[in-house]
Amino acid sequence: MIKTQILRIWKFYWDGFRSMTIGRTLWALILIKLFIMFAILKLFFFPDFLSGKTSEEKQEYVGHELINRSAKSIN
Amino acid sequence: MLESIDTSMIDWSRAQFALTAMYHWLFVPLTLGLAVIMGLMETLYVISGNEYWKRTAKFWMKLFGINFAVGVATGLILEFQFGTNWSNYSWFVGDIFGAPLAIEGIVAFFMEATFVAVMFFGWNKVSKKFHLASTWLTGLGATFSAWWILVANSWMQYPVGMAFNPDTVRNEMVDFWAVAFSPVAVTKFFHTVLSSWMLGAVFVIGVSAWFLLRKREKEFAVGSMKIAAMVGLFASLVTAFTGDKSAYQVAQCQPMKLAAMEALYDGGTNEALTVVGDIKIPKMLSYLATHDFEGYVPGINNILLGGYILPDGTEALPALEKMKNGKKAIAALADYREAKQAGNQAEMNAARETIEENMPYFGYGYIDDPNSLVPNVWLSFWAFRVMVGLGMYFIVFFALILFLARKRKLSEFNWLHYIALISIPLAYLASQAGWIVAEVGRQPWTIQDLLPVNAAISRLETGSVVTTFFIFLILFTVLLIAEIGIMLKAIQKGPEEKA
Repeated sequence: MIKTQILRIWKFYWDGFRSMTIGRTLWALILIKLFIMFAILKLFFFPDFLSGKTSEEKQEYVGHELINRSAKSIN
Repeated sequence: MLESIDTSMIDWSRAQFALTAMYHWLFVPLTLGLAVIMGLMETLYVISGNEYWKRTAKFWMKLFGINFAVGVATGLILEFQFGTNWSNYSWFVGDIFGAPLAIEGIVAFFMEATFVAVMFFGWNKVSKKFHLASTWLTGLGATFSAWWILVANSWMQYPVGMAFNPDTVRNEMVDFWAVAFSPVAVTKFFHTVLSSWMLGAVFVIGVSAWFLLRKREKEFAVGSMKIAAMVGLFASLVTAFTGDKSAYQVAQCQPMKLAAMEALYDGGTNEALTVVGDIKIPKMLSYLATHDFEGYVPGINNILLGGYILPDGTEALPALEKMKNGKKAIAALADYREAKQAGNQAEMNAARETIEENMPYFGYGYIDDPNSLVPNVWLSFWAFRVMVGLGMYFIVFFALILFLARKRKLSEFNWLHYIALISIPLAYLASQAGWIVAEVGRQPWTIQDLLPVNAAISRLETGSVVTTFFIFLILFTVLLIAEIGIMLKAIQKGPEEKA
């Protein structure tokens, strides 16, 4: 029963993709865009600044930053 | 110390975020607007059984699909930037920002991915009603995701429902409903979504006008214009209403933004609203800001100097006093951490008390010059006028289209079709101007009164931010050119041949 349902869903998507005209260009565009975003930009240009730190280390780091960036003096 | 943060790096990071957000916002409003219009067209098809509406709906769905495909996931880049460029901010906001974005991600993925597929692939495979439901649910999914994004944005403008935890250096959500349904979020949602419907309506009318100019598809074009003008007029009136509500909220929660929008340096009672130059509407600003024609509206100098009476009856503090209080909160945070390390509970309690007392001014502790609390007045002033002016123009535009549709003269006037075509970029301009008002006007805050940009930013090299700025500029420009190219091709092809 479940297998039949999965097959029906598969066939629905398969037929849909096969009958696409303009959609193929769009799918190519989506895949290229996602590749650039996740395999290039995220990996090489947008690492998480606090990655590799434990929660305690993040608290310590951000706490230190927020305290030390305070404006020097106010008259 | 503050001095060691390169201010040009802050500016480049802000420019990068603005660039990404503005490009992302080229795609979103059209998705939201077209979803409603094509939903209505398909509803007419299901009700009447008339194939004409099916053919019409399918054409706009195709354009919706192009816009959706090119725009999908462009917003994720903003989330990358939170982690990289704005790491202090990301940690400081904690789960308050994370929760709405997580809900948005899950909902957007499941609702849109499921129903978009049925909408595009299911025409001859599912029942008419199921297909119609899928079309509406696709639009609802996109709107629902807009809700959560706007909740997150509104919280930055009007932070509520949280408490600062000095142990974790994070704000923790204490009232989910206060965050999800804050009055600012509700107003912003309706204002933003309905203005997106306006943009969608202008787009449909403009493209339809192109067909009329080319003497093609007259019946299709006139029918599309009628539906779009009805949606557009309704949406533009609601947008005007929510815009008024939004201005009132800004006056209460972000008075500096309102003063910048009006270039009002020295406020007072019975304040006039500046249209442009010396053209003013007497007492209107007072009414918009306080719902009282004689109400007091503080100007930029008044806000910096304080001393006037706030709506809650208390006296407004001068900026210098707020800065002192902010410094006290930050110093108390340092004391708290030291006392915690030393295991001194009494000192921890005392420091916590000082933090709580001064927390509303926490962000002012990072401000070293009161003048840096003033946003870009020129940009806020003109962006506001562009948004409102075009909003008014669109009300007249939609009313005129509906009037001519009633007279059955929509296809007759070439000048109207040219105006409709020119109105497409104007709708985008109005939409972008709205966000400029909202975001430029709240500078220097990432979170109103709690965290300015110079405290929110990560310690990055300016060069790396400049590099990624230009990578984005190129990537998004290519995507935009691709979208426009594919869309123009689809428009030139026109609706499918009649069966």
